[in-house]
Amino acid sequence: MEIKFTLNGEQVTIIDEPTRRLLDVLRDNLGLTGAKEGCGEGECGSCAVLMDGRLVNSCMVPAFTVEDRDILTIEGFRDQERFKAISRGFEKAGSVQCGFCTPGFVMAAEALLRQNPHPTEEEIIAAIEGNLCRCTGYSMIVEGIMIASREGDGLW
Amino acid sequence: MLNISDSVKRNDFDDKIEGRALYAGDLRDRDMLYARIYRSQRQRARIREIRLPRLPEGYEVLDYHNIPGINRVPIVYDDQPFLAEGEVNYIGEPILLVLGRDRDVINGIMSEITIEYEDLEAINTIEESILKPYVYCFADDNSKIEYSFTRGDPDLHIDRAEKVFQDRFHTGYQEHAYLEPHSFTCEVVDDNIVVHGSMQCPYYVVEGIKRAFGWDESRIRVIQQPTGGGFGGKEDYPSIPAILCALGAIMTGKPVQLVYDREEDIISTTKRHPSDIRIKSYLDANNSIIAMDIDVRLDGGAYAGLSSVVLQRTIFSATGVYNIENLKVRGGAYATNKVVSSAFRGFGGPQALFAIEMHMENIALALDMDPLEFKREHFLRDGDLSSTQGEFRNRIKLDEIAEMVDKDSGYSLKRGSTGKEGETLRGIGLSIFDHGCGFTGAGEADLLKSKVRLMKYADGTVEIFVSSAEIGQGVQTTLGKIVSQELGIPLERVVHNYPDTRYCPDSGPTVASRTVLIVGRLLQECAMEMKKRWDEEEVEIIKVYRYPHDLAWDNETFMGNAYPEYSWGANVVEIHIDPATYKVEVDGIWTVYDIGTPIDMKIVQGQIEGGLVQGFGYGLMEEFDCINGSPRQKSLTTYVIPSSRDFPKPSIRLFENPRRKGPFGASGLGELPIVGVAPAIASAVQNALGKKVCRIPVTPEYIRELMEDGN
Ligand code: FES
Ligand code: FES
Repeated sequence: MEIKFTLNGEQVTIIDEPTRRLLDVLRDNLGLTGAKEGCGEGECGSCAVLMDGRLVNSCMVPAFTVEDRDILTIEGFRDQERFKAISRGFEKAGSVQCGFCTPGFVMAAEALLRQNPHPTEEEIIAAIEGNLCRCTGYSMIVEGIMIASREGDGLW
Repeated sequence: MLNISDSVKRNDFDDKIEGRALYAGDLRDRDMLYARIYRSQRQRARIREIRLPRLPEGYEVLDYHNIPGINRVPIVYDDQPFLAEGEVNYIGEPILLVLGRDRDVINGIMSEITIEYEDLEAINTIEESILKPYVYCFADDNSKIEYSFTRGDPDLHIDRAEKVFQDRFHTGYQEHAYLEPHSFTCEVVDDNIVVHGSMQCPYYVVEGIKRAFGWDESRIRVIQQPTGGGFGGKEDYPSIPAILCALGAIMTGKPVQLVYDREEDIISTTKRHPSDIRIKSYLDANNSIIAMDIDVRLDGGAYAGLSSVVLQRTIFSATGVYNIENLKVRGGAYATNKVVSSAFRGFGGPQALFAIEMHMENIALALDMDPLEFKREHFLRDGDLSSTQGEFRNRIKLDEIAEMVDKDSGYSLKRGSTGKEGETLRGIGLSIFDHGCGFTGAGEADLLKSKVRLMKYADGTVEIFVSSAEIGQGVQTTLGKIVSQELGIPLERVVHNYPDTRYCPDSGPTVASRTVLIVGRLLQECAMEMKKRWDEEEVEIIKVYRYPHDLAWDNETFMGNAYPEYSWGANVVEIHIDPATYKVEVDGIWTVYDIGTPIDMKIVQGQIEGGLVQGFGYGLMEEFDCINGSPRQKSLTTYVIPSSRDFPKPSIRLFENPRRKGPFGASGLGELPIVGVAPAIASAVQNALGKKVCRIPVTPEYIRELMEDGN
């Protein structure tokens, strides 16, 4: 089946099985490997992308459902000003270790800050609950998002 | 010049946050084939017949006959095949490799393969293993590895004892749950095999390929890709997927990618050893421990893996931070028909420290003494020897560490007012612990002989060549800092890429909290020499580790310096138990560590916070078990690891105590934060309930059991 959608601001068309996972479409058909497969069952958030501005686990999204939708991945987001603010926050807080979970956390941070530019610590903790990280213990990621929201004030 | 402890930006930061870092499963090639492993569904069986479906063109199924060399994973013992040879010993053991272009077609082939098995009697528990040492291969004894050692004159002191206390503890499995499952991409280029993978020890993989294919090392190139976490799970295990992926590439002549899915990763890869530990303490009339008798049993799983070395660390750590002059220790690792137990951050330490810390607390409580006070009276002090009678080469600061954690947390004050508060149960617990850094015994000198290489180029940049893997712990940054600091050049001029065995000598595996301590020190020595020759246009310096003359080790009697260096720490954990759900909620975490000089505060903080949370998972929530060898937990939905909601931010304090032999005074860190977490939690739960906690994880079911048990 032919599926058309907006990917990182550009129109794309792919031809594939309707039930193929968005994660595979991104990684295999389109060569965007920033979204990772940590579990393949919606549990870890390493594959997270934004669909119409909402955080989704791309391993749980069948390709046909993205028709006419707007998908943003780390590859599209990394050129934006907001990304730079998140990146600076993560750098200051030491939020990155092995990095496998990182693009997913960045997308989760962006989804949160779009909704709520000044989240409390509890709100950040709740917003990243669907993203697993085995390296950091989370506090340093929470702090990274906090710094991004503070120092990137006005961007969201 | 900056202070070595000041944080810098990690050299891998931008690539990772921008999603540019290429993990082994991100590599793409037009001709690439995918591989999947067909695994045993039986716990212990003979393979009678394998029936394959008709294979579409371009698809292949390989078995052990396709391995031209030695079909044995090179670790400590030669007991584990890469692909099963007519017999399987655990559910998930690799039997066949299926290769082809399309993953769906591969999955179709997998579902049509049938194997006729002849089931054999299987061993499920340590007890069964001891009772029925059936003939199948484990280590060189078929069913077990056993060690023992003594110190002083335990029998004499046991006879003289006035009081005896004994406990028995059980600890469960732990799965590493690194976020990136095992991943490799291999290809044959100009008659050489090039392996790209997720791993801690590139030279283990080189060794595996040499063996499996009989190839000369000059034809083998192993490159570590960015690695999504290891924690010991990518120490020895990657040799299996690496060699199978290489087998695919060699047989087909095409690039091959082998990436585990989460379920097969959980079912079939190594775990932390479950343990059964008995401790008996003998006290004199003054309530001093005059002798101890310790018996350690580990569940080794189907093959020996690193069980022998894990067992050594468990028994050497069995007396914790206490000076026990008369000591008997026995330990065994026993074969069972279950997934292989092997390396996991802490490497036997977490089991040993859980047992000794709880035991010390139990004695204190039975004597009506304050546990901290009782522990303090038995602390190792300057001049004391380790359990294996090795001298400590640096000042021991346990008193100071204990005092600091007590003050920070208010432990002693709070301890008096815990217990029932309305319906809620409140508790506070403490643990004090150490971790030996570096390979066990003389392993650094005898087995590893670490080699490092430092190059200065004409343009004034310097490049580090070591086999130490960046697995998230920040080693490229910390080693770079050590070199730049010693040379007095900016960090930006020090290049450090992922290890590639074509250029990087074997500086040993990335394990045992040894990288900064051993490899870092060697690089520092290279830098010292380079500094003297800085005027030369190009300089190459190579150094090999030499066993320090002030250390000694006897591997027969287990006497001497079991580890070249030690790090120390203490935890206090405050909790309450929800009376409706029996769930433990952690309200506060206070920690103090002596890791010598911290090399980078942010990296140190990251290691500590991550290790703590992994330790909380181990102590409270992570459950893995098997029914007839079949894992009950097969996903991250059922094997639950901590999320952002589970634990509060810890208070962390470092006690600076520079080491004479570490680079810039540093000691080891990676494992220390995990080893003492479980006993602090268990002690807090015990304090809240007024009941002995004898096993971890302390799940709600276990708490309920304890609360409903009248005594
Ligand atoms: S890979 Fe999609 S949630 Fe884990
Ligand atoms: S940084 Fe490794 S899983 Fe998050």
